[in-house]
Parts: sequence; C-alpha cells; structure tokens
Amino acid sequence: MVGSPCAGGTAPAEIRPDVDEGSEVDTDTPWVAIVWNDPINLMSYVSYVFRKLFGYSQAKADELMLDVHEKGRAVVTNGPREKVELDVFRLHEHGLWATMEQQ
Amino acid sequence: MGLFSTRRVKRVAPGRYRIALPGPERELLTTLVPQLRELLTTDDPSLNRLFPTAYADDPERDAGYHAMVRDELLEKRFHSLDVLERTVEGGEVDEETLASWMRALNDLRLVLGTRLDVSEDDDPMDIDPDDPLAPAWSIYHYLAALQSMIIDALSQEL
Repeated sequence: MVGSPCAGGTAPAEIRPDVDEGSEVDTDTPWVAIVWNDPINLMSYVSYVFRKLFGYSQAKADELMLDVHEKGRAVVTNGPREKVELDVFRLHEHGLWATMEQQ
Repeated sequence: MGLFSTRRVKRVAPGRYRIALPGPERELLTTLVPQLRELLTTDDPSLNRLFPTAYADDPERDAGYHAMVRDELLEKRFHSLDVLERTVEGGEVDEETLASWMRALNDLRLVLGTRLDVSEDDDPMDIDPDDPLAPAWSIYHYLAALQSMIIDALSQEL
C-alpha cells in the first residue's frame, strides 16, 4: 500500500496511539475477512473503502488501514460465512486484496 | 481548463461533484479505458488482482466463490469503465458516477501496477528516463494522483 501522492491525502497523525488492535472484533464468531498489504492500493483509498463499505469512523478505518500497511494484514469484519463472503466480495469489487478464513 | 489547474475534481454540493480534466488527460483516459475493456475479455495474468482468491486455504471453496462472483465482478468493472468513458468530458456528476471513476482508475492501476511489478519503495519522483517503461510509470503515477483527488472529494461526503 502506498501513500497518496497528493499532500494531505492521508492523515495518519490523527490516529489515537492507545487503541488496542482488533479490540472491537468479536472472536466468538467463526469467519473473518482479512485485508492484506499490497504495493498498489493507496492508503487513502483503503481507508475510504473501509469507511464506505463498513461504516467505520475515520479513526477506526485509518487504524485498520495502518495495521494492513504496517503488520501486513488486518481483520476488517467478522460473522457468519455468508456475511463475510459478501464483505469479501465487496472488497474485491473495490480491488482490495481480501481473503476469508475460519477462526 | 489548463494543464496546471490543480482542482480537477471538486465537491460543489452534497453528493455533487465537478470533474474538469485538461484535454491531454481526457485523451489519455480515453485511450486506456478500451485497452482494459479488451484485456478483461482475456485471462491475462495481469488481471489477477481484479479477481483475487477469497478462500486462501480451501481451493475447492475458492473455485465455488469464483464461479459465483466472477461474472458480477466483471460486469461491475465494465460498468465503471463505461461510466468513466461516458463522462470523461467532465461537468457535474453525482457520487455514484465519481465512485465509478475511482474504481475504474483503481482497476487500471491494479493492472498497470501488476505489469510494472511495483513495490512500496517505488518513488514517483525517481523515474529513470532510460527505462523503456518510463512512460508506463508516468501514467501509473498520474492515475494515482487523479484517484487521490477523487478520494479526497468523496471523503468529504462521509
């Protein structure tokens, strides 16, 4: 994932440093959608897609985006298989590198 | 609209945007769109990023997923390209139209980036003029810049 070539395209500075990664993800549910880091998608784009598709706040979307960027992957949604498969489909529609697996 | 205009995409009202690209940029997009449309009818490996694996550790389920979604993904990609082509002259558009532009540009970048084998370290300011792929790199980075402007405009809506 790459930074926006336009100044002000991303705003990682606004992210709260004390947010626990994945703290809002319910680990009891069996399937998760994972987004993987890639060198093509823009950081601002990935963050926008998370907000648009899943209704996440700017802070939450940026946090997940930075997890993808820095840790290589992030769990972005979870739930029953059919629901997660639809989430993955929508991520694929937007060109993100997403997979799903059972927890 | 001059070449050095910085506001190619602007939000003018809630859900309304104005697109205004200089002629050479419109021409470039008009040249690229049919190329991707044509490529989408093939099984070229540069399309891999457009049809990713969903079930990484279950090939059987993944085949089922692809059988189910491939046509729809393809149809959506053609639709985005059609919208971009139809509105490339610019003017005022709605959010859905601009989102189609965003996805079409991303698809172009995914294919071009795959062909160029980009890495995160590739610097737009560091294109080697002797590289035969220098023009493709320039196009790749231009598309990123335009896509960024669109993302900035659309983000104001959220």
